[in-house]
Amino acid sequence: MSRLEPLTPASTALRLGAIAATLSAAALALTFAAGWWPSARVSPSTFIDTQEGGGVHAGFRRAHAKGLCVSGSFTGNGALASKSVADVFAVGSVPVVGRISTAGGNPTAPDVTSPVRSLALQFNLADGQQWRTAMNTPPVLAVKTPEEFLQQLQALTPDPSTGKPDPARIGAFFAAHPESAEFRAWQAANTPSSSFATTRYHSINAFVLVAADGTRQAVRWAMVPEAVAEPLAAGAHSANELQEELTTRLAAEPVRWAMEFTLAGADDDVADGTRSWPASRPRIVAGVLELTATSPQQGGDCNGINFDPLVLPRGIEGSNDPILAARSAAYAESLHRRAREQRQGVSP
Amino acid sequence: MSENPRNKKHYSLLSRSLHWAMAVLIVSMVFVGVAMVDSIAAWQPTAVQLHKWLGLSLLVVVAIRLVNRIASPSPSLPADLPRMQVLAAHGAQVGLYALMFAMPLVGWAMQGAAGTPVVLPGGLVLPALVGRDLATYGVLRDLHGVLAYGLFGLVLMHAGAALYHGFVRRDDVLPSMLHGEQSPPPLPATTTEMPAPPLV
Repeated sequence: MSRLEPLTPASTALRLGAIAATLSAAALALTFAAGWWPSARVSPSTFIDTQEGGGVHAGFRRAHAKGLCVSGSFTGNGALASKSVADVFAVGSVPVVGRISTAGGNPTAPDVTSPVRSLALQFNLADGQQWRTAMNTPPVLAVKTPEEFLQQLQALTPDPSTGKPDPARIGAFFAAHPESAEFRAWQAANTPSSSFATTRYHSINAFVLVAADGTRQAVRWAMVPEAVAEPLAAGAHSANELQEELTTRLAAEPVRWAMEFTLAGADDDVADGTRSWPASRPRIVAGVLELTATSPQQGGDCNGINFDPLVLPRGIEGSNDPILAARSAAYAESLHRRAREQRQGVSP
Repeated sequence: MSENPRNKKHYSLLSRSLHWAMAVLIVSMVFVGVAMVDSIAAWQPTAVQLHKWLGLSLLVVVAIRLVNRIASPSPSLPADLPRMQVLAAHGAQVGLYALMFAMPLVGWAMQGAAGTPVVLPGGLVLPALVGRDLATYGVLRDLHGVLAYGLFGLVLMHAGAALYHGFVRRDDVLPSMLHGEQSPPPLPATTTEMPAPPLV
């Protein structure tokens, strides 16, 4: 060191200042990456904050807060084994744990008031891999992008003065989104059934099956109930009527759905969740879902599960539908918030 | 040669390679990590998957690095360094090693608490470090975030100290990680030089 000229005080200060500036720039860059600065960008928190608009129900999922756990098995018939290497499509059974729920952020809302019902499943494959899916009653989405989906959520948020969504706002939203025509047609024609067991559930987004030779096939799927649907009776219904009906039904006998896949054609826009594919597309039943038991969600087997639609086994991949990635990210944020509430003991 | 390894002035090539490779990867992992949990973009699921695989890779690399660190002594700090700075330097190194192990382990454990399998690229499922439990997930998920910022803070302090040594103290500390022992200056290359081609 003795051969170096000593630094002048000014030079030392300048060098220390340059080092401090470098470190500050790096720290600042991290805060930008982490989204600490105000921005118009839609984040997972934007979704969950919007869903919490009607009030936070600590410990519960932010969407589809009301539900009950179900369990059973899925028995594959081998029909899709040539299209996907996932073990679940081989001939044989895997255990399934799941959750049946109704849309909305209120965990005590009456079962029948929600037009959208959901069946979420986790298939536990023999080698430890999992397939999670969260399916809804509508076969299509109203919009194509996460940003538009957020606008839809905002339009549906209850008006603080009335406690109900503002019909004018909803009307304006749909008018501004003509791509929602098929969703609205479903909404208008949908006759809610008298049971979760007779409801048809759809994969919401498209996914991709990957075969042993690497061939990729975009698909959607639906759970088609085996039991014949009766329309929901007119008149008054108790708050937990559908949950109680399912529990009673399963105590007597198992309930089954055929898992039916629709194969996309070359012209189908896989990334567009607002349009069904033509009826001429091949349909393949890959197996049968059989549910045998229910249990309350609080303390139940399904409560800790985040039904992230991108937890997939090898042989099934997400499609390029942008809503799929947004669902995965938003579900993770919902899980984080309710897990924190569970830890803090503020949840039931 | 009976050279005392404590007198060496530079880290070995292996030590320097491990250091710089991990430096780049760790800083990238922190940036990707904080960005992906705040993103709904199409790249988000891919980022999450790569984050898991890279995190596990870094766990393997830091284990190799710790063995190398013990097996191959580090150059001494300058003898005239104030005692507080020596303590800070050693404390930061212990903290960096602790966090380099803790980050992937907490991340791995947190997947277990969420009941989500950690699947390697070939399809092998790693065992869960803890059983599925929502409250445990809440603890580990928050811890993973807090430790990430802690690790980044330590990396900045470590980098700041290195720059201080390199540009203010101008001692041997920064060069010890930048390059190996300087080879003697090259001989004048007159004897091996090709004759100049004739002008045409």
